[in-house]
Amino acid sequence: MKDTDIKRLLYTHLLCIFSIILSIFIPSFFLENFSILETHLTWLCICSVFVTAVNLVLYLVVKPNASSKRSSLSYKVVRFLKCCIYFLMSCFFFHVIFVLYGAPLIELVLETFLFAVTLSTFTTVPCLCLLGPNIKAWLRVFSRNGVTSIWENSLQITTISSFIGTWLGAFPIPLDWERPWQVWPISCTLGATFGYVAGLVISPLWIYWNRKQLTYKNN
Amino acid sequence: MRLGSGTFAACCVVIQVLGVALFLRGFFPAPIRSSSRTEHQAEPPAPEPSAGDRSNWTKLPPPLFRKVVIMLIDGLRDDFVFGCVWGVKFMPYTTYLVEKGASHSFVAEAKLPTVTMPRIKAMMTGSLPGFIDVVRNLNSPALVEDNVITQAKAAGKRIIFYGDETWVKLFPKHFVEYDGTTSFFVSDYTEVDNNVTRHLDKVLKRGDWDVLILHYLGLDHIGHVSGPSSPLIGHKLREMDSVLMKIHTSLLSEERDTLVPNLLVLCGDHGMSEAGGHGASSMEELNTALILISSAFERKPGDIRRPKHVQQTDLAATLAIGLGLPIPGNSVGSLLFPTVEGRPVREQLRFLHLNAVQLSKLLQENVPSYTKEPGFEQFKMSERLHGNWIRLYLEENNSEVLFNLGAKVRRQYLEALRTLSLSLSRQVAQYDIYSMLVGTVMVLEVLVLLLLSMPQALSNKAELEVPLWSPVFSLLFYLVFLVLSALHVIVCTSAESSCYFCGLSWLTAGGVMALISALLCAVVSALAKVFADGRLLRKNPAHPKARWSELDVLILLGTLGHVLSLGASSFIEEEHQTWYFLVNTLCLALCHELYKNCFLSDDCEPQPCSHVEQGLVSSEPALWDRNIHCNVSKPHRVSKSPTSLDTLRGYEKWMVLASPWVILTCCRLLRSLNQTGVQWAHRPDLGHWLTSSDHKAELSVLAALSLFVIFVLVQRRCSLTSKVAMALGLLGVYCYRAAIGNVLFPWQRDSKDISKGVIEARFVHVFVLGILFTGTKDLLKSQVIAADFTIKTVGLWEIYSGLVLLAALLFRPHNLPVLVLSLLIQTLMTKFIWKPLRHDAAEITIMHYWFGQAFFYFQGNSNNIATVDVSAGFVGLDTYMEVPAAFLTAFATFAGPVLWASHLVSFLSSETRSGSALSHACFCYALTCSFPVSAYIILVTSLRHHLFIWSVFSPKLLYEGMHVLITAAICVFFTAMDQTNTKS
Ligand SMILES: [Zn+2]
Ligand SMILES: [Zn+2]
Repeated sequence: MKDTDIKRLLYTHLLCIFSIILSIFIPSFFLENFSILETHLTWLCICSVFVTAVNLVLYLVVKPNASSKRSSLSYKVVRFLKCCIYFLMSCFFFHVIFVLYGAPLIELVLETFLFAVTLSTFTTVPCLCLLGPNIKAWLRVFSRNGVTSIWENSLQITTISSFIGTWLGAFPIPLDWERPWQVWPISCTLGATFGYVAGLVISPLWIYWNRKQLTYKNN
Repeated sequence: MRLGSGTFAACCVVIQVLGVALFLRGFFPAPIRSSSRTEHQAEPPAPEPSAGDRSNWTKLPPPLFRKVVIMLIDGLRDDFVFGCVWGVKFMPYTTYLVEKGASHSFVAEAKLPTVTMPRIKAMMTGSLPGFIDVVRNLNSPALVEDNVITQAKAAGKRIIFYGDETWVKLFPKHFVEYDGTTSFFVSDYTEVDNNVTRHLDKVLKRGDWDVLILHYLGLDHIGHVSGPSSPLIGHKLREMDSVLMKIHTSLLSEERDTLVPNLLVLCGDHGMSEAGGHGASSMEELNTALILISSAFERKPGDIRRPKHVQQTDLAATLAIGLGLPIPGNSVGSLLFPTVEGRPVREQLRFLHLNAVQLSKLLQENVPSYTKEPGFEQFKMSERLHGNWIRLYLEENNSEVLFNLGAKVRRQYLEALRTLSLSLSRQVAQYDIYSMLVGTVMVLEVLVLLLLSMPQALSNKAELEVPLWSPVFSLLFYLVFLVLSALHVIVCTSAESSCYFCGLSWLTAGGVMALISALLCAVVSALAKVFADGRLLRKNPAHPKARWSELDVLILLGTLGHVLSLGASSFIEEEHQTWYFLVNTLCLALCHELYKNCFLSDDCEPQPCSHVEQGLVSSEPALWDRNIHCNVSKPHRVSKSPTSLDTLRGYEKWMVLASPWVILTCCRLLRSLNQTGVQWAHRPDLGHWLTSSDHKAELSVLAALSLFVIFVLVQRRCSLTSKVAMALGLLGVYCYRAAIGNVLFPWQRDSKDISKGVIEARFVHVFVLGILFTGTKDLLKSQVIAADFTIKTVGLWEIYSGLVLLAALLFRPHNLPVLVLSLLIQTLMTKFIWKPLRHDAAEITIMHYWFGQAFFYFQGNSNNIATVDVSAGFVGLDTYMEVPAAFLTAFATFAGPVLWASHLVSFLSSETRSGSALSHACFCYALTCSFPVSAYIILVTSLRHHLFIWSVFSPKLLYEGMHVLITAAICVFFTAMDQTNTKS
């Protein structure tokens, strides 16, 4: 593990954060009355598109796991389609989880689903870019001592922190402050976003500070 | 002395119960009282004030009305009379009286708790009953406070009463004639009222009474059963309207002969929430209608009188004045002035003066610095002005000056009354800090002791050295005891306000002090030991450091987070959300653990992800075959063999993978069965849909199906006799529900006459007792034979199934799915999660505790008194019996936690991996229960001046107190089982 790797990780993460900030400010030039709280759904769509795009671009440019052995075109297409299916599945999966957590079943379906899409872009898209459509690798990364590179380590940190952010984001909902952001799912999406950004910031720093202790099996 | 950790924990919780009881006694303040109650009767009424010449009017003024009829309709909220939805439509005669007739109408605001008995007390004494009166609501002891009814009886008035039995209990021997109806069969809403109305014709014709009190319960019962939007409400209101018309016309016709006005009071004791219950503080529950009707209140055609907002306590003073009686000494209400508006000015002022004198006297007795109160100053000033007015009046001065001065005095008096009454009402929130402090100290010491002894108690031996005798003979103990006793003497001799703990006998107080100092010594020695151990550990760090799994972290954070959340009133109101959230997260964490164990063959050596792209399906069988686990996540469980996931066959594998999702789905279903809390309580839920009268057939099918599934799930581990008993008992449950009209028999289309189902319920009770008896017998047998282990398992399961049967009997029919799904989740968890994953006893205990808490709310409970299902306490009882009723109500309310706890006992003793599992479980259970209680007691003490202390925090405190009591019972049960375990 070299310092250049960590530096590259930091830059990619800064780009991701930048894309989220852009998604807050750019649309207000094109759309009237745009604000995160008022037109929350629009912001959700834009944010997830931005983050997905940046992740894809970074994947193509940086290529963290460059060892693609079989690189025939058909293989790539199949892989891409598989990724799309996985992404959709993860959206539905998150939707189901939200409903199990108590989100209304019939009302606000669109809001819940878009929230699921956003959370998927924060978590599933980086996983798909890095690990490919491979559940076993995912389970490995998200279990103790399972990571094999700093990329996977940072993936673990950002994903878990997005989940924790979402989880914590549900806390203000029962409070009787009657603020506009306490409405489902706004506090949760904000929590997810903050968690994702926090993960992006923390993971390079954490890896940098712990670079002595971190030894990966593959390196 | 060496103690098993289970025994130790049980002792600790029992001490904690004592502490909590003491705290509760101090926290719920005694209501303000007039100390001169006994002399009050003899005391002459205050004479008219005068400046200069002595006034000759020293007697009480004569009564304003000849006869008074009080028609109390239980649950009559204001818009049932004044609103356009109900009042105008269903109560035409009352609406006519309110709008055009000779009447004064008010919206009377009830204070908390909005439950019948405290409200009757408030209306008749004018005082504010303490919060603790709710608990005593069920067995109302006779009212000893000064009140209107006692005064009226002393004045020789003849009082007749028909209606709710509570009155007869509150005022025994006060009525010359009465007929009480019990209010406990909530599903009956016609007979209770016919019981009252059938006497009316006869009584109204007779002239031999002065006060007639009618208490109609039907409206409240309809509210409890089907809510305020039910069409039955309209029918009932129309019936009440016709009763009112009958009484009013009869009174009017009598007046024509006697020429003295009569008074008819129509009032409600409390309102009705949107869900149909009462007890809390929503506007719908607080605002009641109050209408005073009398020909003395004549008005001119254009005179529009809007219903004014007044306090419910004002009624006592008004009734006393109207009947020519002294105002009750503890009354904090002020006279409803419109009732005396038509009298001469001198009389008006006399009434106001009497009221003000009474209030200021109450203020003097309860507030040390009463002279600084603005109300008192206003009163003194108006008394002076009043004296001047009397002088002018006696001198027969110019009438205009007299009139202007009179109006001014009146205004002054009214202002003084308002201020006095307000500051008196505020006085109610006074705490007995000393008792609270003693209770808190006890609870905290026990908690610290539990925490300090945790490492020792959860060790493999599950035994700990309790330093019990050495501290008793140590110097520290005597020193602390001496200091505490001295403090006690000082506090009790110097305190001005009364204090419960000082009221105890010296011996009891000394015992408590000795207990506190002994606990302190125990804590100190435990602390010393922990330090010594810590130093020892640091010297030789060969001891392997246990790492926490994700599940442990979640459990710890969840417990801490829940305790912290209790500081916010919204989180208390919505506590069910916290538990649902935690349980969901727990399920997901379990799911993650299961999947990891299933799919990742080896935690220690992560597989390089090169070959996995071939597809999951092909690789899965191969993975399962070499499923050897090294369990890196729990290194401290050395004795653990490889998890048994690999030994499972195909379908079981799938069940293991599916069970977390099934459990999550069950929880989601249950969540939409009963909406509780405050913010989302009005949302439509399945429970309301099922209980509405249109869906009786669906409810019947569901109930029958649920009972069948309960049988299937429970019977598999019972002995044959209890299997039969269970089947018959469940059949009896259905018959009981059919008899009281909740569900239908398929062969019985038309509803027959509804009975109280006493026979059917007793039939089930017999089977419950039978099953419990069989279980106990088996347990005893396993003690004697000592070799047969299966008998003990069967016995424990039988006790558990007896409790399930009792719960099935007590739960409302729409809640039976809660029981079914609880059994289902327990079965799934046992078979597919805990057994394969081999969690240790502590983790399993806390998971059981969490699920128990979640099921407490799944049942439809909340942290609000109104959701307690009182009707459960009268299943199978003919008359009200205190002990069984209290027991049944408590069991029905806490059925969720109790059932999960007893399942824990039976699960742990059937899974005999280590002998210490049960005592570990007992210790953990005690700790997890006592932690929130201790924290909550401190929170409540620091928040005691919070705005929501009475509406949100106090009910929760009562629930917590009850929870500790039940925990103590459970821990004692655990310990008993543990004892049999160690002996056998
Ligand atoms: Zn009532
Ligand atoms: Zn009621």
